[in-house]
Amino acid sequence: MTLWLIPALPYLGALILILAGSKLSKQMAGIIGCGSMGLSALWTGVTGIAFLSGGREPVRLQLWEWFDVAGWNPGVTLYFDSLSLVFTFVITFVGFLIHVYSTGYMARDEGFNRFFAYLNLFVGSMLMLVLADNLLLLYLGWEGVGLCSYLLIGFWYQDPANGAAARKAFIVTRIGDTAFAIGLFMLFQTLGTLNIGAILAEAGSALSGDGAASWPGGPAGATAIALLLVGGAVGKSAQIPLQTWLPDAMAGPTPVSALIHAATMVTAGVYLIARMHGIFELSPVSMQVVSLIGTITLLVAGCSALCQSDLKRVLAYSTISQIGYMFLALGLGAWSAAIFHFFTHAFFKALLFLGAGAIIESLHHEQNIFRMGGLRKELPVVFITFLIGSASLAALPLVTAGFFSKDQILWMAFAGEHGSLGLWIAASVGAFLTALYTFRMVFVTFWGETKTPVTHRPGKAMTIPLIILALFSLLAGFIEVPHNLGHITLFSSFLASVLPSPELITDSLLMEWMSQAAAALLTLGGIGLAYEYYVRNPQSLAGMKRNTGALQRFFHSGFGFDRLYDSLLIQPYTWLARVNRRDITDSLYTGLARFSIWLHRQSAQTQTGILRHYLLGAAIGALIILTISIFI
Amino acid sequence: MNLPAMETGLLLAGILFILGLLSVLIRRNTLFMLMSVEIMLNAAGLAFIVAGARWGQPDGQVMFLFILAMAAAEVSVGLALILQIHHQLNTIDSDAANRMKG
Amino acid sequence: MILVWLILILLLGGLLSWLASRWNVLLARWIALGAVAVNFVLTAGIWFGNPVPVGWVAELDLEWIPRFGIHFHLALDGLSLLMLLLTFFLGMLGVLCSWKEISYRPGFFHFNLLWVLAGITGVFLTMDLFLFYFFWEVMLIPMYFLIGIWGHANRIYAAFKFFIFTQASGLFMLLAILSLYYVQAQQTGVYSFDYFDFLETPLPFKTAQWLMFGFLIAFIVKLPAFPFHNWLPDAHGEAPTAGSLVLAGLLLKTGAYGLLRFVVPLFPEPAMAFAPWGMLMGVIGILYGGKLAFAQNDLKRLIAYTSVSHMGFVMLGVFAFTELAYQGVVMQMITHGISTGALFLLAGMLYERTHTRDITRMGGLWKSSPALGAAMMVFVMASLGLPGLGNFIAEFLTLNGSWPANRLLTALAAVGLVIATVYSLRIMQKVFFGPMPQTWPAADLKPREYLIMIPLIAAIIWLGLFPQKTIETSGHAVTEISLKKGGSR
Repeated sequence: MTLWLIPALPYLGALILILAGSKLSKQMAGIIGCGSMGLSALWTGVTGIAFLSGGREPVRLQLWEWFDVAGWNPGVTLYFDSLSLVFTFVITFVGFLIHVYSTGYMARDEGFNRFFAYLNLFVGSMLMLVLADNLLLLYLGWEGVGLCSYLLIGFWYQDPANGAAARKAFIVTRIGDTAFAIGLFMLFQTLGTLNIGAILAEAGSALSGDGAASWPGGPAGATAIALLLVGGAVGKSAQIPLQTWLPDAMAGPTPVSALIHAATMVTAGVYLIARMHGIFELSPVSMQVVSLIGTITLLVAGCSALCQSDLKRVLAYSTISQIGYMFLALGLGAWSAAIFHFFTHAFFKALLFLGAGAIIESLHHEQNIFRMGGLRKELPVVFITFLIGSASLAALPLVTAGFFSKDQILWMAFAGEHGSLGLWIAASVGAFLTALYTFRMVFVTFWGETKTPVTHRPGKAMTIPLIILALFSLLAGFIEVPHNLGHITLFSSFLASVLPSPELITDSLLMEWMSQAAAALLTLGGIGLAYEYYVRNPQSLAGMKRNTGALQRFFHSGFGFDRLYDSLLIQPYTWLARVNRRDITDSLYTGLARFSIWLHRQSAQTQTGILRHYLLGAAIGALIILTISIFI
Repeated sequence: MNLPAMETGLLLAGILFILGLLSVLIRRNTLFMLMSVEIMLNAAGLAFIVAGARWGQPDGQVMFLFILAMAAAEVSVGLALILQIHHQLNTIDSDAANRMKG
Repeated sequence: MILVWLILILLLGGLLSWLASRWNVLLARWIALGAVAVNFVLTAGIWFGNPVPVGWVAELDLEWIPRFGIHFHLALDGLSLLMLLLTFFLGMLGVLCSWKEISYRPGFFHFNLLWVLAGITGVFLTMDLFLFYFFWEVMLIPMYFLIGIWGHANRIYAAFKFFIFTQASGLFMLLAILSLYYVQAQQTGVYSFDYFDFLETPLPFKTAQWLMFGFLIAFIVKLPAFPFHNWLPDAHGEAPTAGSLVLAGLLLKTGAYGLLRFVVPLFPEPAMAFAPWGMLMGVIGILYGGKLAFAQNDLKRLIAYTSVSHMGFVMLGVFAFTELAYQGVVMQMITHGISTGALFLLAGMLYERTHTRDITRMGGLWKSSPALGAAMMVFVMASLGLPGLGNFIAEFLTLNGSWPANRLLTALAAVGLVIATVYSLRIMQKVFFGPMPQTWPAADLKPREYLIMIPLIAAIIWLGLFPQKTIETSGHAVTEISLKKGGSR
């Protein structure tokens, strides 16, 4: 079995680049970086085909026993099933394209070799995460990608702002990770194992028995575990309340934003919840919490994206918002819909980020969209691919991948067993916001007059990945088409062996048509509104800016979460650190020392150096002792 | 006053001892202090002899011989010290030798 | 017999090195290195010959002062074996890192270094409590000289503080040992200081409790646990690099070892009764130490406070009374020895380059010394418990084992992981990232420094990915200890 090659190849590449990094030429480093990724992608393809043709039996491969303490023996064991395959495919394939793109994007950077070392390390860890057979190994990948995210956000280390963003990302996600770890302790106490298969089997048997009551930890235990896992997922996937790190994470090089902060790492939370779906099914409360988090996040992030002026921050908020959709789907029990949205999102969001990177590089590191404009003619390839990506993000009906995946979530929000009208309305409003902010970005960037001259045009290494990703952004949706439009279920039936499909409370065709029509109308309305304000009639915007300035600032700041956390957590902590730098408990001991010095001073007073005083003391002492010995 | 021999002797020894002690405490001249110490030693010797006479034992007198020998040694050391003090401080005032004060 | 040699080689090596330094300083360094290396090879030989030790691998029992039942009794089980391996491993690095740093009276320095190591070796080996106390003192006095003679500016204060704290707490232990001796004699009529005799002695609960506190106080001052940690930042901060390495890597471990070897097996019931307080002290240590580490600007003090935080996990685990937690504690002793030792070594290397320990004055060093930065990154990540490195295994096992014992405290201890992240990343940012406030004449790692760092990095990754070898080695001893809990005697 050669499954291990998939994560081993990127790790090997990283190892070579780290050990020999300074001695390799850029070309060599590029070949090693891309080559190991390409081979890994190839091997994923081979393994995937073998998996598909071989009866789709999950594969378990124990590499070695990690440790064995008191009967607990988690192995370094890989597990490969259809869910892992989807993630592995996206990670290696999109990862490979981004590696290729990076050889162009980073070509003139002095940290080229270091960049590829980190990038390979990231891919290896991400693959460990999705291929892990037990939660402890998953946690290894989970933290490993966190480390690489930290290293890559702070890649240009000389700017302290990048370092701050990197640390913020690491620390905020670590808060989630700690909740996750506590969840693992609880799971271990309940079941005595962290093996995913064993946990799901236990949850499955509880579910087919009398529900959460037959779970060893009781319903409350199941809910607590589920919520703690959600805590981890929320941190990694930048959902409310731990979303604040992602917009700042844009400080990293753009390929990093594309790979880590759009396509793969931030969806690890989605993977975790989907993977542990059995526990969530035991606890309806936690499902509701997940869908609520998703809904709030998609709206909040959508509003924030509307008011950003930094191209990458628009995309960052949009990523948060789209992952909100995935969380909503997870909360609805529409597991495969969430994974499907992850699948399409990986392509079009990676495409958008890479396109944004091409724009930013062409404009000499200009990121403000209001200082761009008229790029339609200057950068035609980037324009067309970016437009395709945007259309897919905005879910332009019928022709884009984003439409099919988002439509599925909307329909589940309406008709799924956990759905409700409220969730559907919120999700639809989100769809409208998505279209609006996406095309605001497109129109401001590509239409209008040129404000910054193009100094440099992207080379082939950058445009070819864009074109490939654009194709996927258009076509990837057709593997799963709603049943009123053609009924293709390649994707969900592929995942059916891992993820149960939700029950619908209504299967009315009319309602489905209505829902799709409403979503399509909202999307087109959003695009139209953006066109009205940003292309046809820009003056009218000035008035609106005046009237809603405060609201815009509020949206721009991401609903003030940063300020809230700053005054609630960071300020008190740094204050506490500052006032108690010298350690207050030390005063206990210095106090003791000072007391004995004082005592010594006092008794030293009696030591006058005059012989007769000592004699007097001796005489009085003798007298006292005599008196005592005589009278007592 | 018609006290038995022992009480009289002990009283005398006591008075001598206290006299010696007081003069050690009062005098600042180290030479006189040394002499006062001698008086105290002799008072103690007297007490031994009186006690020895009371019990008809030679021990008291043996102790007195010890004290004599010890006193001789002590005087020689003491005088040497006084010479040193005079040498260092140009005085034999004991209060001047207070360099060891805390 | 090999056990005596382990101690004798160090003692003789120290003397020889001192003598040799009168003629040739380099010879003195080589003698010191050789002595520790021989010990390392000997211990590794025992290990390879017996990778999964069951019970006592080697034992030596000679009469020393038969009148008082004092024996020269050494014995080695899996736990001691691991501790000895760590001792000699770090000992070699300690000699290596002083190669250029110590030029003032190098012979006497190596004498002291080797005698500290001898004391530590003795502590890990003795099974006679009188002898144990003897070695406990042996490791104290040379350490006092190491800090007091070769330390930084405030070294005298630090040396005194270290001495008074450990000596005062050691006296409590001496009292407890002597009372235990007499209580045992009263009950059984046997006058003996032997560990195995004490194990068999039944004690009334109240007495056992008082005696336990005597031992406990010596060990938790050495560990150090929360309210007794104050000597540590001063001693670590002011000691020379090798001194900090030995202090953090080994001396602290004698406290942890004492808790595992003596407090829990000798006094299981009172230890159980004390457990919630012990765990609380551990948690406070984790959080408070982490907070103080975050506040420090002096790199060595900062690392010293991280030790307080990490040793909190030992406290938590020891008083959780589960096998998982004990194994986690053993792992924590080893991985913390390696990772914090490495951080002190790196701090020493930085000091050689920048001549300051103030991290606010450093910055941007990645540009000039990327290899140094990479090494620092590895150990900073180890310190915040990144999976794949040894510390993660230790902390995860400890926390996972402590969870059934006390959920609230374990959850709070887990928050320590976030705090560790905060202070660890601050080190990287302040030292290696950001703009360079002034151009350092800093060079990257030299071959000797590579020789120091590579084994450490290899060890910490090996412990993170393949901890099973280590766990197997101590497994039997740890299971024995964990079976001792409450009432099983």
